[in-house]
Amino acid sequence: MEKRVTFKGIWLPLLLVLPQMLVTAVFFFYPAGQAIWQSLFIPDPFGLSMRYVGLGNFEYLLSNPYYRASFVTTAVFSILVTVLSMGVALYLAVLADRLIKGSGVYRTLLIWPYAVAPAVAGVLWLFMFNTRVGVVTWYLGVLGYDWNHVLNGEEAMGLVVVASAWGRISYNFLFFLAGLQAIPRSVIEAAAIDGARFWTRFRTIVWPLLSPTTFFLLVVNIVYAFFETFGVIHTITSGGPQQATTILVYKVYADGFVGQDLGSSAAQSVILLLIVGALTVLQFKYIERRVHY
Amino acid sequence: MFETPDLECRDISKSFDDFKAVKDVSFAVPPGTFFSILGPSGCGKTTLLRMIAGFQKPSSGDLLIKGRSVLDVPPNKRQVSMVFQHLALFPMMNIGANVGFGLRQRGVNRADIKRQVERVLDRVGLTGVADRPVDSLSGGQKQRVAIARCMVLEPDVLLLDEPLGALDLKLREHMKIELKQLQAEFNTTFVYITHDQSEALVMSDQIAVMNRGVFEQVGTAKELYYEPSTAFVAGFVGEANKFRARVQSLDAGVQMVTDQGQVLHGTAAGKALAKGDAVDVFVRPEAVRLSRDTALNGNAGQGRVENILFNGANSQLILRDQTTGAQMNVALPQTGEFRDLSVGDTVHFGWEPAQTRVYAGD
Repeated sequence: MEKRVTFKGIWLPLLLVLPQMLVTAVFFFYPAGQAIWQSLFIPDPFGLSMRYVGLGNFEYLLSNPYYRASFVTTAVFSILVTVLSMGVALYLAVLADRLIKGSGVYRTLLIWPYAVAPAVAGVLWLFMFNTRVGVVTWYLGVLGYDWNHVLNGEEAMGLVVVASAWGRISYNFLFFLAGLQAIPRSVIEAAAIDGARFWTRFRTIVWPLLSPTTFFLLVVNIVYAFFETFGVIHTITSGGPQQATTILVYKVYADGFVGQDLGSSAAQSVILLLIVGALTVLQFKYIERRVHY
Repeated sequence: MFETPDLECRDISKSFDDFKAVKDVSFAVPPGTFFSILGPSGCGKTTLLRMIAGFQKPSSGDLLIKGRSVLDVPPNKRQVSMVFQHLALFPMMNIGANVGFGLRQRGVNRADIKRQVERVLDRVGLTGVADRPVDSLSGGQKQRVAIARCMVLEPDVLLLDEPLGALDLKLREHMKIELKQLQAEFNTTFVYITHDQSEALVMSDQIAVMNRGVFEQVGTAKELYYEPSTAFVAGFVGEANKFRARVQSLDAGVQMVTDQGQVLHGTAAGKALAKGDAVDVFVRPEAVRLSRDTALNGNAGQGRVENILFNGANSQLILRDQTTGAQMNVALPQTGEFRDLSVGDTVHFGWEPAQTRVYAGD
């Protein structure tokens, strides 16, 4: 039974939740409200005057081909980052789960990339793939491949995807490994003794039992790809070439702080807010209920 | 007539680094036998079972199922099935899918799977539950599903790894009887491991008592209880009062003197004894008779009631011998004759030399 405390008055409980409320109000409700408010106006570039335009900013955005292209870019980018980081992590976790000796060392080594900030990770990968001095670029040149992500949009996308996914693998790995180790060994052995080979066991037993972990990581990774990869993109491509790697978050920054179009930037923030909201609802609704044994 | 045993182990051993978990164990289980391996935790019984299942490879020795060596046969190809300690039912599948899992792996067609699953569920007394989720069943029903999942594959040997361990006491008592009936119904060889002696005693045709990687004794429940061949078996199976003593003479039974100076007479069991040997002496609580007034013959004494452990039919007295200071557990007779005994009373007690089993000490 859960132990509950009942308060007599209203003041003590209010006081207890106040710090949390304050933090949320100052750092979320206020700026979010400000963004919603600003999205209804077009200010002049110096911020001296504002003109009310209603939903004009949104109308403009949704009819703007660059903005719609950014949606597609974001979708492609997020899916690639999520699939790549989760796929590699799952593979490594399955291998590590079979390890008996040295798994501790292996795990520790694999966690390190998580400690590297996205921007730093971006710089690391940029060094390797730099079109003039990058080591990998040089070897690719030897093999006859002319790597140039500064001009080639697909290569640029590939590079930011790999750089973003890389730091994420360790995080996903940890969750997958924990998920795998939480599956009772006897369930897997029961399947084995009933004649299931490794791959069948994985498909029919392990994967379904792992699905809560997988679903959680799916949501978390999509959110990561949407918002936290800014540093990687900013350091490696700055959204280029020709907006090939401009994901929605980067466009908020580029349009607002580089293009000085604060109204449009605010409107984009509001759209992002809606997307996060939807993802969060999805997460809460399904993680707790549907995919749970 | 000589029948090929369903399962035979020949000098099987298993070492982990320096530790020998199982040492040269040999035994044979005839078809249709309920065979239990009884031992304290860490005695190597789980390792032995996992070797039979094929999850672990013996360091040496041979393992035969139906007379054929299976050392190089992986678990999924052996004609054995296993009920796990926590049953290991697949939580994401319904009961029918759980039971039919092995058949699906064998590529049996859908209609046959459905028929066989229904038939086996019928036999374990769970008709018409195939479409229900596993969680809708009680502990005892889950147990039966786990057995059905194994039996549907018609194994030569069914291994059971303390399957009653997770159940509460009442259900455990009930499942003991049910398991024995299921075994008789399927007439399959069961190899059952447990640390609970009453499970082993109630269900088994044959019991092997295992300790520190070796079989101390293999026999029927009665043999183990009345004629334990080692001190370990005498102490582990059933309850017993234990004394340490030294042999004085070996004419007409064993005459010995305990550490407290009392002279006892007993029957030698196990290894041969010599004069002056240190011995362990075992006496069952129910072998001890009580008397209020008259001193008893045989090994006897007078004691003060130190405690009364009332537990219905299994009630016990704890006596303190007045001359030697030794503690003695005595089963309280069922007749109610000593019902009014209370702590502090003095009673005479005694037991026959024939029920005093003497083993060479270490």
